[in-house]
Amino acid sequence: MTPESKGRDVNPEDIEFGLDTFVYASVDESGRAVDGDIVIRNTVEEAVLADSVGIDSFNIAEHYRPEMMDSAGHVMLAAIAGRTERIRLGTAVTVLSTQDPVRVYTNFATLDAVSNGRAQLIVGRGSLTESFPLFGFDLADYEELFEEKLDLLTRLLRDQPVTWSGTFRPPLTNQYLSPPLPEGHLPTWVGVGGSPQSVIRAARYGLPLMLAVIGGPARRFAPLVDLYKRALDAYGHAPLPIGMHSHGFVARTDDEAVAIQWPYWADIFEGAAAERGWARPTMERFQAEIADGSLYLGSPETVATKIAAVIRQLGLSRFDWAYATGRVPHEQRMATIELYGREVVPRVRELLAEPPAEPASSSAPATTDVGAASVQQ
Amino acid sequence: MSSSSATDRRLGIVGAGKMGTTVARAAMSAGYDVALSGSGPPERIALIVDVLAPGARAVTADEVVGSAGIIILALPIHRFRELPQDLFAGKILVDAMNYWEDIDGVDEELATAPLGTSVVVQQRFSSARVVKSLNHLGYYDFEEIRRPTGVVGRIAIAAAGDDRAAVAAVLQLIDRLGFDAVDAGRLEAGLALQPDGPVFGVRHGAGELSELLWAEASSA
Repeated sequence: MTPESKGRDVNPEDIEFGLDTFVYASVDESGRAVDGDIVIRNTVEEAVLADSVGIDSFNIAEHYRPEMMDSAGHVMLAAIAGRTERIRLGTAVTVLSTQDPVRVYTNFATLDAVSNGRAQLIVGRGSLTESFPLFGFDLADYEELFEEKLDLLTRLLRDQPVTWSGTFRPPLTNQYLSPPLPEGHLPTWVGVGGSPQSVIRAARYGLPLMLAVIGGPARRFAPLVDLYKRALDAYGHAPLPIGMHSHGFVARTDDEAVAIQWPYWADIFEGAAAERGWARPTMERFQAEIADGSLYLGSPETVATKIAAVIRQLGLSRFDWAYATGRVPHEQRMATIELYGREVVPRVRELLAEPPAEPASSSAPATTDVGAASVQQ
Repeated sequence: MSSSSATDRRLGIVGAGKMGTTVARAAMSAGYDVALSGSGPPERIALIVDVLAPGARAVTADEVVGSAGIIILALPIHRFRELPQDLFAGKILVDAMNYWEDIDGVDEELATAPLGTSVVVQQRFSSARVVKSLNHLGYYDFEEIRRPTGVVGRIAIAAAGDDRAAVAAVLQLIDRLGFDAVDAGRLEAGLALQPDGPVFGVRHGAGELSELLWAEASSA
């Protein structure tokens, strides 16, 4: 068996299983909207549960929208830090382009201190971009903004004191920032949505790569994994971890997971269709995303099998699962976290410890497979 | 025109992102010689092209234009005004770009273009023969659902443009890439191919796509 045919080497014990949340303004079990402050406290409870069922990290997104309560995730993470001992606390993603890297550093170095070394970051653009007008940035400057801010953030993380100048903020001269970070703390990943230049940039800065796969099959990202490895090599960096973020929901059975998640998922995509000109959601598309796309949804066995397959296929060392999309009630979020931590994650590790299935009987195509039919004329 | 001759299999692509590299792969599978450019010097995209579109040539935008009669414009649309206005003089220019406020920021001219964004692109590159096409499916569709001519269930792609010879050449390109080709009419009919339009982002066969475009044209 060639290395290509069995997928990429992974060590099941080294894989980090994270949870991601957008802190959706949820409804209660009778369908009534829950107040935002309660949603935030509920999310803290969800993180505490995640810690108790053995999940490796809890990561909060960043939005400025009426339906999401995640505008200041670091404050929530600090509250979670005070109630947990083990779970890592991070972002998914920090919209670095519209933040001041100095403030990102001070917030998260402080979080790292109060949590005894558990802070982590993913920096990127996110798929929604309301922070640009809100903070007075032009989205057309996205590339330049991200490049400059990533440059400053990595300098602050790696070699203080920093002397630096750029276009979008005042220069720094021999600047020390408190608190200092112990060596190797605050691991910072770069989140990418599929842009090759973003992959190259992560490699150039020597930062680990987080792939956001929010539609369609993850195998589409296999070429980007190759690109990242080649680019790391070209820039003289050692191999670095590759992670992936996708959405999903787990319940006792496949049918129950579909029945609970579908209406909330449809609700989100109805909004996106109206706002962004996307096709309207259909049950057919939902089922296609579950069967061969970016939704990790179903019974614990279904979800574990799919996660194990993608970890092998792309050679991942981190899998972040955005649990429960949309206004799913807190009680059902808690139930899904419980199942994920107690059943799905142990089962994925178990599956990964087994020898890989022969490709002929495996549902995971080889990474070079780009579709069944090619055109021959 | 050599660009529309039956034997010419050369294609230029401006833009080495997801879309540009994916179309490059599809075109090479169809026997095309492909030249690609990104922003900045060719070295900046050399690794991307080597990994994501092996076999294509990473060159400057000028060299892309000189290499073929048909050029695909596959940039984020907020970047198109950075190109010289006469860059594509006489060339068939396939506008594969879409305007997304979430990607491109607020651009009043594109957001409100009453005849569609490709008319704005044509005004900018007035000496080019602009055809709107390849924009209404996901980029990954170019390798996942390509099928040979005549296969049942083949997906269709539409092309709209005022220069009818240019449209004919693009229809031939679409067929060679592995899709049924539908003539959508004049360039302003490209409005129907945009995000928010009746066919955007959904896979249709040729008959269905033609009907949807016809219905849209009749109601306009």
